[in-house]
Amino acid sequence: MAHATQVGLQDATSPIMEELITFHDHALMIIFLICFLVLYALFLTLTTKLTNTNISDAQEMETVWTILPAIILVLIALPSLRILYMTDEVNDPSLTIKSIGHQWYWTYEYTDYGGLIFNSYMLPPLFLEPGDLRLLDVDNRVVLPIETPIRMMITSQDVLHSWAVPTLGLKTDAIPGRLNQTTFTATRPGVYYGQCSEICGANHSFMPIVLELIPLKIFEMGPVFTL
Amino acid sequence: MLDVEAQEPPKGKWSTPPFDPRFPSQNQIRNCYQNFLDYHRCLKTRTRRGKSTQPCEYYFRVYHSLCPISWVESWNEQIKNGIFAGKI
Repeated sequence: MAHATQVGLQDATSPIMEELITFHDHALMIIFLICFLVLYALFLTLTTKLTNTNISDAQEMETVWTILPAIILVLIALPSLRILYMTDEVNDPSLTIKSIGHQWYWTYEYTDYGGLIFNSYMLPPLFLEPGDLRLLDVDNRVVLPIETPIRMMITSQDVLHSWAVPTLGLKTDAIPGRLNQTTFTATRPGVYYGQCSEICGANHSFMPIVLELIPLKIFEMGPVFTL
Repeated sequence: MLDVEAQEPPKGKWSTPPFDPRFPSQNQIRNCYQNFLDYHRCLKTRTRRGKSTQPCEYYFRVYHSLCPISWVESWNEQIKNGIFAGKI
């Protein structure tokens, strides 16, 4: 989860998110370089003693400052497209979970093997135990195995919602009448939080998502199925 | 209906619908609906011919894994009432 005053991205829990963080660092460095260059040029312009107003031609400089930005844009686009195609790879999932958005809670269905369906409501402030996270913790978490490709099918029963877990690099809209698929593989166990990311009414801020990722051996023992 | 044990996947193996190249995009609604239709069509054809409906269980497992259960229940209700829009 994010901590207070956090500015950057959360630590990655999936290989795609690791790639996204690296790309973000790369793009941000280019942005900083361009900003610094422009600020420096502005500073020079404002403090120069040169006052010749008859300069009318600068073909070489014009060529350079046309070609160079084009190259920079290509250098940003190539890693970006690489990651975009990486997210779409066919990766043969081992488990399918359905996530259905409602106003204002999520329903999760584990129906590969039997049928487990449950709702996940945010814990109201009065029901929080000491140590629980306000506006983030839920009554029933989504328990999943690590190091397993998982397919999430996301839809909505009423209005638009969006199922997002930043640490896994996931954000998929829940659209009524559509069944959006997203896949991920978590690399380490833990409890990971996300929040509904599409305005959906009065309690849009109060329908969080909590994933509890556990080792595959423990998941196979069936704790999920023994309520 | 059909034998419940026949519809469950083999024990000890986590199975989930494989990648279907007929539906490569993000919106898998057609995948879910097509398997639902295929299951009922398979049942209808094989029962009419007096054959075992065991091969139809694959379609059942796929749509059961992919489709939200509320959709499945409402479609089954429509089939029971004779108002299902799909061609079975």
